[in-house]
Amino acid sequence: MQPLTNRSKLVVQKEMTFMERIYLPAILKGMAITLSHFFKKKNTVQYPEVQRPIAPVYRGKHVLKRDEQGRERCTACGLCAVACPAEAITMVAAERTKGEENLYREEKYAAVYEINQLRCIFCGLCEEACPKEAIFLTDVITPVETTRKEFVYGKDKLVEPLNQRIDVSKRQSWRMPEQQS
Amino acid sequence: MDSALLIEKIVLVLVILGITLLIATYSTYAERKIAAFLQDRQGPNRAGIFGILQPIADAGKMFFKEDLIPAASEKWLFIMGPGIAMFTACMTGAAIPWGTELHVFGYTLHMQIADIDIGILYIIGFVSMGVYGIMIGGWASNNKYSLYGAIRASSQMISYELAMGLSIIAVVMMTGTLSLKEIAAQQHGINWNIWYQPLGFIIFFTCALAECNRAPFDLPECDSELIGGYHTEYSSMKLGFYLFAEYINMFISSAVIATLYFGGYNFPGMDFIESSTLLGWLQFATLFAKIFFFIFVFMWIRWTLPRFRYDQLMHLGWKSLIPLAIVNMLITAAVVLLKSNSF
Ligand code: SF4
Ligand code: SF4
Repeated sequence: MQPLTNRSKLVVQKEMTFMERIYLPAILKGMAITLSHFFKKKNTVQYPEVQRPIAPVYRGKHVLKRDEQGRERCTACGLCAVACPAEAITMVAAERTKGEENLYREEKYAAVYEINQLRCIFCGLCEEACPKEAIFLTDVITPVETTRKEFVYGKDKLVEPLNQRIDVSKRQSWRMPEQQS
Repeated sequence: MDSALLIEKIVLVLVILGITLLIATYSTYAERKIAAFLQDRQGPNRAGIFGILQPIADAGKMFFKEDLIPAASEKWLFIMGPGIAMFTACMTGAAIPWGTELHVFGYTLHMQIADIDIGILYIIGFVSMGVYGIMIGGWASNNKYSLYGAIRASSQMISYELAMGLSIIAVVMMTGTLSLKEIAAQQHGINWNIWYQPLGFIIFFTCALAECNRAPFDLPECDSELIGGYHTEYSSMKLGFYLFAEYINMFISSAVIATLYFGGYNFPGMDFIESSTLLGWLQFATLFAKIFFFIFVFMWIRWTLPRFRYDQLMHLGWKSLIPLAIVNMLITAAVVLLKSNSF
């Protein structure tokens, strides 16, 4: 039969020669190989102290963005929750009352917004689904917690603080310029 | 027996036991470090500088874990298993000559706990009793994987003990004594037995690997087939005892290999050292350097070779090692006979 590639090899079940049967040369060869690795440079990165560079579009912990005037952008439309394949997002909507215009951008807002970080697979579909550019994934790695409850991130952990805004412009770069608000 | 001798022996027993336990503890650390280095990793390096406190952290963890005894197990035997394993492992150190004599505070210390004239038989005896710990523990767990592990351990030990014994007989015939002290003393300077018994050494070394249940002969534990083998059901310090006994066995095996084939405490150029105090310490250090080297080789082999299949293991033991050991024995016998007739 014509071989499909030139890499194919014929399998032969030949008797082992005497040298092969006493194993020792092969064992010594293997041990030389492992010993050479003993002195090689280690591949390990000492994690908390040293970190590997990550891509600009790395998908880590979420952030709920505020707009330029510091108002929460999310309008509790629920599209992110629908898009989420892991069903990690839940929210409770509320209506904006008079006097709250400086807090919430839209007339409806999320009173409770929770993401279960244990369910989340960091696919970024919530970010893609959001019509208000409210939710983004950042390069922050979700820290370790000791109970399951602590992994359900509420608005206290998700909404970006007013005094330290998080730059997500790199994640918006794929959008058309006119779509950016 | 006068009281000075009694005190000397008690001190020696405690010191040797302490050293044995310390080395076994730090073997776990060495194992992890060597494994890591051979695989281009760092190994434990968080507890203390270079992770030097790691064994203590591990031991602490072992102590504070929940100690489970399965409901369907044979309770007393289940508890006895690790005890026997540990006991037999600790007993073997008694017959090994750790040096000739040591002068401490103007007192001469003989560096052997018990100079039994059948020392090597004593060690072989205790090593083969070690399998009872594994067998009893595995059987008493009432778990099929443990039982498999126990069965494998016993058949493996029985098969490899034969070849081991036969390779030792060659050494015994050559040296004409069963006493480890004598055997060590005869290998003065660099007149080591390895030059006369290279084949015997290879056979003995292979069997020692198998007796210690070390890879590539770790079929009794064999994680990928038997979960944990004979200690599947064990937890807490009982598991710790089994693991610990394995490391002690490794240490003792290295000591026996060093004594039987690599001159024990002898080193080339030992005749030129005048001071007997210095000589005593140097001999002690030499023996331990050799032991550490063999422990390293044990670990090196573990992280190089894949595990044997069970039939391959039996094939190697019965069809290769035993015939080789017999041939080795016959050749040695012939040479010894020729020598004794011609001189
Ligand atoms: S990143 Fe994916 S899984 Fe996580 S919350 Fe968003 S949509 Fe759900
Ligand atoms: S984050 Fe975006 S998609 Fe989700 S509810 Fe708020 S506005 Fe809607």
